Amino acid sequence: MSIGWYLALSALVFALGAAGVLTRRNPLILLLSLELMLNAANLALIAFSRMWGDGDGQVFALIVMVVAACEVCIGLGLVVAIYRRRLPIDVDELRELHG
Amino acid sequence: MTPIVFFVAAIIALGGAVGVVVLRNPFYATLSLAAHLVGLAVLFLLLNAEFVAAAQVVVYAGAVIVLYIFVVAYVGSTAASLSPPAGPGLRALSMLFAGALAVELFVAVLGTGLKAVDSEGADVALGFGSPGALGELLLTRFLLPFELATVLLMMTAVGAVVLARRRGGIEAAGTVTPAAPIPATLPPGVGSMKEGVGDINPVAEIGRLEPPAEAAALPASADEQSTEQEEQR
Repeated sequence: MSIGWYLALSALVFALGAAGVLTRRNPLILLLSLELMLNAANLALIAFSRMWGDGDGQVFALIVMVVAACEVCIGLGLVVAIYRRRLPIDVDELRELHG
Repeated sequence: MTPIVFFVAAIIALGGAVGVVVLRNPFYATLSLAAHLVGLAVLFLLLNAEFVAAAQVVVYAGAVIVLYIFVVAYVGSTAASLSPPAGPGLRALSMLFAGALAVELFVAVLGTGLKAVDSEGADVALGFGSPGALGELLLTRFLLPFELATVLLMMTAVGAVVLARRRGGIEAAGTVTPAAPIPATLPPGVGSMKEGVGDINPVAEIGRLEPPAEAAALPASADEQSTEQEEQR
């Protein structure tokens, strides 16, 4: 399989994740869609790493996974804190910090 | 063989991604993400990234998905939105944006000047993508990002604890509300079979024996404290 196929798949998954972030309003689904976008970027990084025969892209992908895990941890902590304060779990309702 | 594995894994990954975006129930969306991650791990294996594929399955499809499942179970998937749903115009507009993004990325990928995109990649040495090779890179060329990642993980752990703690702080959660004092002389019959079957009511008896002011004031204040704590939470 040529590298182009992997890059095309990565582009499709990234666009799907962006569509999820734009259309859904549940913060849990929003976080899942963000995961999709990060994973699409990971796939592209690893495809390029294979293309050049160099391990750097794989290290980038590992660091992206670390950052994604941190983001999920804080995001889910926020969701739990929102739930505890009996606020609506809906990103359209939670816009008090909205400029 | 490789094209078959690629297309099966790609269909699983794409189907999982569609499921995440489309499914209403957050629980099913999370399971769909798990399928997507496993499909991607197979693709990583096809790209000679064995260690990243293993980390993907263990860290993502294992730990992160379990975290999601816990929060979905805690928050509940019944959280109906209060505001009216966005109109079809807004939804169509966001779909248009996503479509434009996909087209742009496809143009970038397919119209690239890189000749190597159409190849299967450079020849790689044995052990490319193995834990040893990645570990050597992480501890030599990428030592600083590696250490920064550990600092980031530490900050995340502290941040999650701060976010998830009770609002009143740890001291307030640990204080014990004073119980109503037990009178030195219990009314006769307390602790006997007679009380067990409900023939006498010791609480009413105590109220009659004690001076009414003290007996009424103490339990009331304890009740107030407990309701205050509930509100703080």
